[in-house]
Amino acid sequence: MRRQRSVDVLVVGAGPAGLAAAARLAASGAGTVEVLERDARAGGVPRHCHHGGFGRWGVTGPQYAESLVEAALGGGAAVRTGVSATGWAGPLCLETTGPHGLERITARAVVLATGARERPRSARLVPGTRPAGVLTTGELQQAVHVYGQEIGTRAVVVGAEPVSYAALSALRRAGVEVAALVTEETRAQVGRARAASTRLGVAWVPLLTGAVVTELLGRGRLSGVRLRRRDGRESVLACDTVVFTGDFVPDHELARRGGVLLDPGTRGPAVDGSFRTASPGVFAVGNGVHAVEPARVAAGEGARVAEAVRGHLGGAGWPSGGVPVVAETPLRWVAPNRLVPGAAGGRFILRTAEALGCPVLVVLQDGRCLHRQRVRRRVLPNQGLYLSGGWVGKVDAGGGPVRVVVG
Amino acid sequence: MTVTTKGPLPSEPYDVTVVGAGVVGSAIARELAGHHRLRVALVEASGDVGDGTSKANTAILHTGFDAVPGSLESRLVREGQRLLAAYAAESGIPVEPVGALLVAWDEEQLAALPGLLEKAEANGYNGARIIDADEVRSREPHLGEGALGALDVPGESIICPWTTTLAYATQAVRGGVDLHLNCEVERVGSWESPPAPAPAPPPDSDSDSDSASSGGSVCHELTTSRGAVRTRYLINAAGLHADVLDRRLLGRGEFTVTPRRGQLIVFDKLARDLVRHILLPVPTALGKGVLVAPTVYGNVLLGPTAEELDDKRATGTTEDGLAGLRAKGRRILPALLDEEVTAVYAGLRAATEHDDYQIHSSPEARYITVGGIRSTGLTASMAIAEYVVGLLADAAGPDLDLTVAGDLDPVGMPNLGEAFPRPYQRADLIATDSAYGSIICHCERVTRGEIRDALISTVPPGSLEGLRRRTRARGGRCQGFYCGAAVRELFDGWGESGAAC
Repeated sequence: MRRQRSVDVLVVGAGPAGLAAAARLAASGAGTVEVLERDARAGGVPRHCHHGGFGRWGVTGPQYAESLVEAALGGGAAVRTGVSATGWAGPLCLETTGPHGLERITARAVVLATGARERPRSARLVPGTRPAGVLTTGELQQAVHVYGQEIGTRAVVVGAEPVSYAALSALRRAGVEVAALVTEETRAQVGRARAASTRLGVAWVPLLTGAVVTELLGRGRLSGVRLRRRDGRESVLACDTVVFTGDFVPDHELARRGGVLLDPGTRGPAVDGSFRTASPGVFAVGNGVHAVEPARVAAGEGARVAEAVRGHLGGAGWPSGGVPVVAETPLRWVAPNRLVPGAAGGRFILRTAEALGCPVLVVLQDGRCLHRQRVRRRVLPNQGLYLSGGWVGKVDAGGGPVRVVVG
Repeated sequence: MTVTTKGPLPSEPYDVTVVGAGVVGSAIARELAGHHRLRVALVEASGDVGDGTSKANTAILHTGFDAVPGSLESRLVREGQRLLAAYAAESGIPVEPVGALLVAWDEEQLAALPGLLEKAEANGYNGARIIDADEVRSREPHLGEGALGALDVPGESIICPWTTTLAYATQAVRGGVDLHLNCEVERVGSWESPPAPAPAPPPDSDSDSDSASSGGSVCHELTTSRGAVRTRYLINAAGLHADVLDRRLLGRGEFTVTPRRGQLIVFDKLARDLVRHILLPVPTALGKGVLVAPTVYGNVLLGPTAEELDDKRATGTTEDGLAGLRAKGRRILPALLDEEVTAVYAGLRAATEHDDYQIHSSPEARYITVGGIRSTGLTASMAIAEYVVGLLADAAGPDLDLTVAGDLDPVGMPNLGEAFPRPYQRADLIATDSAYGSIICHCERVTRGEIRDALISTVPPGSLEGLRRRTRARGGRCQGFYCGAAVRELFDGWGESGAAC
């Protein structure tokens, strides 16, 4: 019933990471390279982001997505859209569903580039009724930019991260008045210029800090959200639309279904510096590993994984075991999170759970200090936080876990 | 086939009108549809069937092992379980016989198990037995520490409540019942039809006792949000509002509905491997308590709470409710709490001051109340319907021709269950129609073909929520992050251009 096929490299996900990996692999003669995309079109999330700031020249999301697709096709990769990877039939064999039927595709290497998604209202356990008008930025942007749908008349945006401001601009484009941005943090998690620009735009949008949405109200359609301020005061903000932004999680379903070891911090596949998972032949890159970094970071990882994939195809051994890298409170996670001999170096991406003023990051193994690094700025949750990887050579391959702590 | 959602209602009187298209009302309408000579209406205040208490059921097909022995509920649950299990197999309603364990967490609960075993036997259920802590552990390896033993009830199953209600309503409509949605009953009065000459009997009819055409009879007149519905007999299956209708009609009421809210948390499909059985608490004086159960869709359910309320519209969840559920769930199945939540919701049970179902016939008023049907109503629905139609036959006598019961055409419902092949897994189906290979909702793997089928079905969804209950589209872990806009496009586009799907 299922058609059987074989390829050299199977990439799951035609977003920036997957397309960049496919482009580099196909162009460098890695054999047959195929990208599966479950959406009807390739390009990933940038297609829905009609704002600038993508790539090196500040192009818009759709332009950036198009250039990635062209590069992959130009390199000779096959990009198949409308095809979903639904499960595994073997360690390197995926089952797929598409309009042309069911397949079982065996590869010599699988690259998971499945991306991330925003956690919706339910996963955030926001109580109340279940009215219409409750969205994530992802749904909002598609509704506005792809389908031109009616959204509502007055919205509240939950979050004040870059993605929250992207939601704000999508709402404005759809002609929706924005009642407020609401964040639990003490300030917006974007540059002051961007935060200020929302106040100088078409309409002034208040930013409510230290505030949490505690209940959704209304039946049929949203009628308002209940807010609780840090001092315990409660109020109701009338609106017919609420957009839950940020709080990204890796889309790890396929990895989990395939028994790929996950990192408890990122909740994406645990990877080493060469993006190798604990499952031989399976690589993972991009925001499916560590939600969420800008598209160019994901694409950069896609380009960098190509060398390791070629090494694997060339018969290089697959490292087993390795030393885990763990981030300790108040840090939430670190990626890559496995250290194996011979893996590429590069930088580590971290997130903090609480605001930190100019923190010192300390890398320890078995009581030994491997590295200290001062971050010369204030770091907020969900903001990029990076650690250079020059210390990797000092790690004892037979030692205990490497811990990243705030010194 | 008639389903109306707006506009005027037929002026000709119905023989029987059922108020409330929940699982019970729909089952009764379906049962009546088997009697071809009756004109039957099913009227529903909401824009969809099963949109009240029925949609928020805990989705268990009960054996009735823990009912009050000798009660009407005990009997109807036992009969209904058998009827619905057979109907589900015939109609494609997903059912999984996973069995239940009533887990004892302390000595007092352990000591209660033999009594529960006796009760099960008194209810005619002989499959239960008590198992020790080791067996509990081997049967449920992810269970929290400290379980002392359990009552094993292998006959308990999980079922899809949405498909069940929809199957009844679909079959009723195909069998000739008029389903009127968005039709809230506001007042009940009486109406006397003008005497009219009896129409000539149909040529193939050998009946000469057709009282429906005699004219001059008194009907109930229901004033609804869409105008008047006239009916000779009235069946009240209005769920939470059954007591209000009861009082309006009889001037007195047999019971008062005090909504009992149940909040529930639905965990992601990736949590499904953590639990094998329906994990029930040992009932205490405080009620049945919180359960952990798999769903036929492959999720895991944690709940419900039990809160007595005054407000029949208070279907919201609360901070305290969800926190309490999480605390209880952590004890039962600790690893569950690390999984993502796909939905939180609350349902209201139609609880009354009585322990048993409140099914009363008032022959002189040509009226039957079907009230106080709580969470076992899903299981008992078909037996309730048979029982109610029996009461109707007794009440009406020769006035209603309930003798001629034909067979209804079987229905084949779309499968939402993970234990059975879904369209995206079926090469044969995709080969005949590529729309079944085009996955729109990725988390739940709902295809364009299934969404199209739901939109053109006998009882089409009136909202995106209704579409979700028919297909699961937008019901998964991303809650529309990926597919929300695309699904809405299909939903909105269908009415305007049939080619949208």
